[in-house]
Amino acid sequence: MILFFLVLWLLLGAFLAWGAGRVRPDLSRWVSIFFLAVQTIVLIVLWVENSGMAGPLPQGRWWVEASQPWISQLGASFHFGLDGLSLVLCLLTSALGIFSVAASWKGIQERIGFFHFNVLWVLAALTGIFLALDLLLFYFFWELILIPLYLLIGIWGHENRSYAALKFFIFTQAGGLFLLLSTVGLYLVHGNGTGVYTFDYLQLLGTAMPVQTAFWLMLGFGLAFAVKLPVVPIHSWLPDAHAEAPTAGSVILAGLVLKAGAYGFLRFLIPLFPGPAHTIAPLAMALGVVGILYGAILAFAQTDLKRMIAYTSVSHMGFVLLGAFAGNAFALQGAVVIILSHGLSTGALFIMAGGLQDRLHTRDLSKMGGLWSVMPKMGGFGLFFALASLGLPGLGNFVGELLVLLGTYQVSVVAAVFATLGFIAAMVYSLWLVQRVFTGKYTGDGKVADLDGREFVLFAVQALALIVLGLYPQPILNTVRPALANIQSDASISLQQSGSASVPDLGFIARDNVDAAVLPFDAEGRP
Amino acid sequence: MTPADFTALLPYLILAGSAVAVLLSITVVRSHRLTAGLTLAGLALALAALLVAASVAPRAVTTLVEVDGFTIFFDGLLLAAAFATAGLSYGYLERRRIRREEFYLLLLTATLGGCVLPASVHFASLFLSLELLTVSLYGMIAYLRTEPDGVEAGIKYLILAAVSSAFLLFGAALIYADRGTLMLGRILLMGSAPGGVQHPVLMAAGLGMVLVGIGFKLAVVPFHMWVPDIYQGAPAPVAAFLATVSKGAVFAVLIRFFSLYAVASVPGVYTALAVIAAVSMFAGNWLALLQTNVKRLLAYSSIAHFGYLLVALLAAGANSVTAAAVYLAAYFVTILAAFGVIAAVSGSGGEVQELEEYRGLFWRRPGAAFVLTAALISLIGIPLTAGFIGKAYILLAGVGSAVWLLALVLVVSSAIGLYYYLRVILKMTQQLEAGPGLPAVAVSRLASIVLAVLALGILWLGVYPAPFLEIIQRTASSVLPF
Repeated sequence: MILFFLVLWLLLGAFLAWGAGRVRPDLSRWVSIFFLAVQTIVLIVLWVENSGMAGPLPQGRWWVEASQPWISQLGASFHFGLDGLSLVLCLLTSALGIFSVAASWKGIQERIGFFHFNVLWVLAALTGIFLALDLLLFYFFWELILIPLYLLIGIWGHENRSYAALKFFIFTQAGGLFLLLSTVGLYLVHGNGTGVYTFDYLQLLGTAMPVQTAFWLMLGFGLAFAVKLPVVPIHSWLPDAHAEAPTAGSVILAGLVLKAGAYGFLRFLIPLFPGPAHTIAPLAMALGVVGILYGAILAFAQTDLKRMIAYTSVSHMGFVLLGAFAGNAFALQGAVVIILSHGLSTGALFIMAGGLQDRLHTRDLSKMGGLWSVMPKMGGFGLFFALASLGLPGLGNFVGELLVLLGTYQVSVVAAVFATLGFIAAMVYSLWLVQRVFTGKYTGDGKVADLDGREFVLFAVQALALIVLGLYPQPILNTVRPALANIQSDASISLQQSGSASVPDLGFIARDNVDAAVLPFDAEGRP
Repeated sequence: MTPADFTALLPYLILAGSAVAVLLSITVVRSHRLTAGLTLAGLALALAALLVAASVAPRAVTTLVEVDGFTIFFDGLLLAAAFATAGLSYGYLERRRIRREEFYLLLLTATLGGCVLPASVHFASLFLSLELLTVSLYGMIAYLRTEPDGVEAGIKYLILAAVSSAFLLFGAALIYADRGTLMLGRILLMGSAPGGVQHPVLMAAGLGMVLVGIGFKLAVVPFHMWVPDIYQGAPAPVAAFLATVSKGAVFAVLIRFFSLYAVASVPGVYTALAVIAAVSMFAGNWLALLQTNVKRLLAYSSIAHFGYLLVALLAAGANSVTAAAVYLAAYFVTILAAFGVIAAVSGSGGEVQELEEYRGLFWRRPGAAFVLTAALISLIGIPLTAGFIGKAYILLAGVGSAVWLLALVLVVSSAIGLYYYLRVILKMTQQLEAGPGLPAVAVSRLASIVLAVLALGILWLGVYPAPFLEIIQRTASSVLPF
């Protein structure tokens, strides 16, 4: 029941926040914070109870599982399951939710109730995505985030919002339709083969099908996830959407929506279609590397602060794609750590960009410069998050990217070498960002307010989280490792079932074994 | 005729009776409220009578009409749509300075025609009920005589519908010449009756002409030219009626004709329908992109939607009947809600049709904007709305019968179509500047209730369709193909 609560609680919060906005605008902010805070606390309690930190590790694959009939005629049900991977993503959702509500405290002054309704609605749908174990239900939530995000960009966005909102919607919905097509295809293949027509994830795992069918079905899933992630040739909605969205929208997009794409690859595409996933792994890894470098180069060339941060996301998500398709334990864990740390660091950068825009009324980098002298606190945090983004050791991103590179190296040295170049590129654009915004001579006129208490606390919390993730990632790794190991074994079992004869040289049942793969940080957390 | 036959026909008898009652009441006293009340009561009674009729189903009443689960389901759908149309018309007509009462008379006769169509198993009953529907529609479309657009639309519909009826009739004659029977079920399956000449050319030409006739009524490409003008010119509730009852009833015939009687297995017919479906999906969505008039936009979108429905039809088998029934029901609530909003926000000065006039609707009329948004999302087919379940079912049927190419066309063309639906939603969220706005109109209470029920219906079908699917399985899809 707790899983139904997690989804419905935020949905309830969405409606109450809307209602509260009609009573008193500011009330809806507090209502949103309250609902998100309760959600976070519940998730933390679940985490502590189930991750072995207190009490025994739970038996079986899912910490908590719940199922209720939905459309019995189709064999679809409200089937939710929580494991370590779902938990960290849900936790990221509610935490970034709090940040984005707090970050919009001053920036959003119109239709406040409706704004928070949309924010909480997206967060509820994202929670649903991370918990759903029924493919139709997953698609249901997958599409549910579109309309509120569309409205967030379209109503509260910046100058070019209509264009960005449309582009975002059309890209993701077009991808989504292919997801639906493939989901239906998989459902029918499984049903025709076994006589059991169901959308249930656990039953669909290991569906026997011809290689060709599997490949086409995989492509439908892949397209939907690749649009969201985004993978390079189909990333062009992202800079527009991120740059034009209001601060909360950018934070949610970069911090969470992209992660839904990554989650889709990890939870659905790879375990459901291990054979074809293995076939395209080299291509996917190549696209990942291209994304890393291309995103970084384009980030460097931007003159709009938010567009620049948006392109760094393309670069970081390249690492996630690389990690997901390198497929060994190192790489998968690294991908998850990047998901978390990128959510925090990029979220913080977007909040910073939003704060700068509120103060300077521009996002144009050429009109900034020398801001450190007037806003030292903002400058300090800006430098910190830029360093986090470039992968400074000791901060979260470094751990993730290192693990991905380690994993990739075992599979493909070439890919690892080129991906490492991404570090250099990241260094360039991150420092470039700091230089153009904060150093140099301040040319503006008049005083600009430095961070207020709210913003300071906001940044401090995110900075702290990045430091903890960078110095002591072990609890996170311990939490996600069993879930990722399950994904790996699903992939390899179904690969064997589907009769792919040769044990591949790279990919999912790669040469490393799962135990050895947690090497850099052993059980006690010693490197 | 036995008593059981009359029981089976009870809904139709009630409908015909209410038409007479309305006619008589108008001669005695002209009261809009009374007439509308009588009409609504008659429609509700006919709906209730369906349950009674269901107790004797399946039953063939003479050789003309068959009351089976399929008929019961579609009649229920059509009657509910007519009920909603009547509810929406009340507030709409109340604002006009014209004689309003006769409208309901036409509505009832048109509904009667529509309701007999799904039950028709014989060309004679098919043609009679189709003409009853169409002739009533001429009057309904041109009902606002003072508006040139309305009269133009009425005349246009008159001419084109007459032409298409002629095609249908001629096609039926050719088939009769070939097979020696006018019973739809026997045309293919029982071979030829004595007296048929059995010439394949006759059969092919006949089927082709029937197809043309039906294609006109459904407004699929290339027989779609009339639809934007007529949607635009007709009063909004009539456009809703046209989109639901008229097209839905004809589509029900098509399902019976092609799916249950397996006409789609005739070589040539399948290909023709597949091409029509694909072209309709593309052309409808593509042309809708260019529209700035919301009613024309919905007209082009309806072309695409009937293309989607044809995919379900071509999928064949019991699955296809379920898919078509689900999609049609979803489309009914959705399009009724969309036209209902247009009717509700229009003042006495004329209809609000231009996209620009919808600017800022969210902030001025949140209720209406919410319903229209729900309807548009449902037309896109996004979860939480009826359209999603409909689209999922169609893909299920399509992929299940391996009509991959059509399923793919469906996906691609509906991705193209996203843009124009979203444009309307976006327009409604934009700030109202100095531009033209909607006139301040008080929405009638009846219309508000109808719109609220339709919006809830959209959400209910989208979130928890299981009970409704149960009904479909017990009725529409219970009729096995011969």
